[in-house]
Amino acid sequence: MDLTKITKSQIFSVAILAVLALPVVVSAQQGQSHIGKYSGNASTGKELYYRYCWGCHGFRGDGNGENWLPTGSFAYGPYLNIQPRNFVAAAFKCRSTPTGTLPTDEDLYNTLVRGINNSNMPSWITLTAQNRADLIAFIKTFSQRWKTDKAGEPINVPAEPALTLDSIKHGKELFTKLECWKCHGPEGRGDGPSASTLTDSNDQPIRPYNFAAGSRFKCGTTNHDLYKIFMTGLDGTPMPSFADVVKPEEAWDLVHYLRTLQVTHKSPELALWMSTKEGAEYVAAQRIRETPTGSGVQ
Amino acid sequence: MRIQQIFLAAVAVLASAKVSTGAPGGGTVTGKVTYTGTPAKSKPIDMSKEPSCAAQHSTPQMTESAVTGPGNTLEYVVVYISAGAPTESTPPSAPATFDQKGCHYAPHVLAFEVNQELKVVNSDQTSHNIHPLAKINREWNKSQPPGTPPFSEKYDKPEFISVKCNIHPWMHGYFAVLTTSHHAVSDPNGDFKLPDLPPGKYTLTAWHESYGTQTQEVTIAGNETKTVNFVFTAKPY
Repeated sequence: MDLTKITKSQIFSVAILAVLALPVVVSAQQGQSHIGKYSGNASTGKELYYRYCWGCHGFRGDGNGENWLPTGSFAYGPYLNIQPRNFVAAAFKCRSTPTGTLPTDEDLYNTLVRGINNSNMPSWITLTAQNRADLIAFIKTFSQRWKTDKAGEPINVPAEPALTLDSIKHGKELFTKLECWKCHGPEGRGDGPSASTLTDSNDQPIRPYNFAAGSRFKCGTTNHDLYKIFMTGLDGTPMPSFADVVKPEEAWDLVHYLRTLQVTHKSPELALWMSTKEGAEYVAAQRIRETPTGSGVQ
Repeated sequence: MRIQQIFLAAVAVLASAKVSTGAPGGGTVTGKVTYTGTPAKSKPIDMSKEPSCAAQHSTPQMTESAVTGPGNTLEYVVVYISAGAPTESTPPSAPATFDQKGCHYAPHVLAFEVNQELKVVNSDQTSHNIHPLAKINREWNKSQPPGTPPFSEKYDKPEFISVKCNIHPWMHGYFAVLTTSHHAVSDPNGDFKLPDLPPGKYTLTAWHESYGTQTQEVTIAGNETKTVNFVFTAKPY
């Protein structure tokens, strides 16, 4: 064999190999879902959607289901206070990924399991895990984004550091510096100067979370969930992402402080805070005697 | 030998005949944007909720849904080539800067290109959150406390995006994300200018946030300057 001469077929095969070796853009895989050991299929999910979901989320998946705004000669007005998620727009509140990026399949699955607290989205643990995986695969067919955009990368959440009074104090400084009180109010009661004029991305009025009421957060109940809320933002709402302006380690200090604002919710942070004179006085000054329904639910 | 010489000569000719878009010395389109009818009156904005911003305005900031000038001119109209020019493959390297100053977006309408760097600055002593309500591009929402550095973003699809701050509900602005480098925003006199246009037949589009979109055709040959005016119909609300 004459090694100095390169044949046409050799060039061709090298070219093919070069093309195959090119990095493949991993899209968010419209029509499929993978959560743990479950793989969802959109056509199975479709039947489930039109049985369980479309009443709120709509025939076209745009949140205009008949439970939200009935069709007919005149509208009775919206039955649901918070509009159901518009899957066509595909901006999701409860994510582990940065603002403006798509949630992971697991984020969507967790939302189905948990429901959206303080909204009309119930927990769907009544469905099997496979059902939920199939539903998620189908929901992803409503928006082209799942085909064109890369899936979001979950943010890095460092391990939670030890709870100390210094951490709580530093969290309070952050709360003031980042001006969370503009919407959430100085005691976190949702009565800040901008609270009354807040509108979501559909121009519907919306209220900021009231920490003093102590109810569950929109996207969960744990410190980890709270961390993700302000480090990824709740897309579609006024709640922005603070990921660009808060260091990941500092974010835990803010989590610890925010827990002390939940004066009706028993937490280690609140207990530590109340062991100080300042903390005990603060909580007493809130004058909340009864624990609201649901605040103790984990 | 002769063939080689002819070949080299041909290459030289082709190299010098390189066509570049936006070559200086091309044609220009200028014009004025005016309106007929009665526009809604600009209203003063009450910034008392944000004293640090209210203090920056000796006279109140006025609403900007229709900013007019003497002679019925319209400001903040985006005029751009929507057809006839090739889509820009590389965006300009300079960023398009969007500033928040006195609880007011400067400029009120920012026109820039797909994949061009958008730089967001907070010059105020209060937090703002930047919430561009994109429907085609991704909707994101970021907080920018006072004293934090500017951040950069970009959009990969053309779109007119309304921008709001949730903390200060009176703040309204627009991003015009375009696929062409030939764009301008009309000034306080309603004037705009699109220079450096290669010869060709173009569609000009003018967009106003309240009065919609209009198009006109224009043909440029050589280095001429053509005038194209737009007249919008104003609404009193």
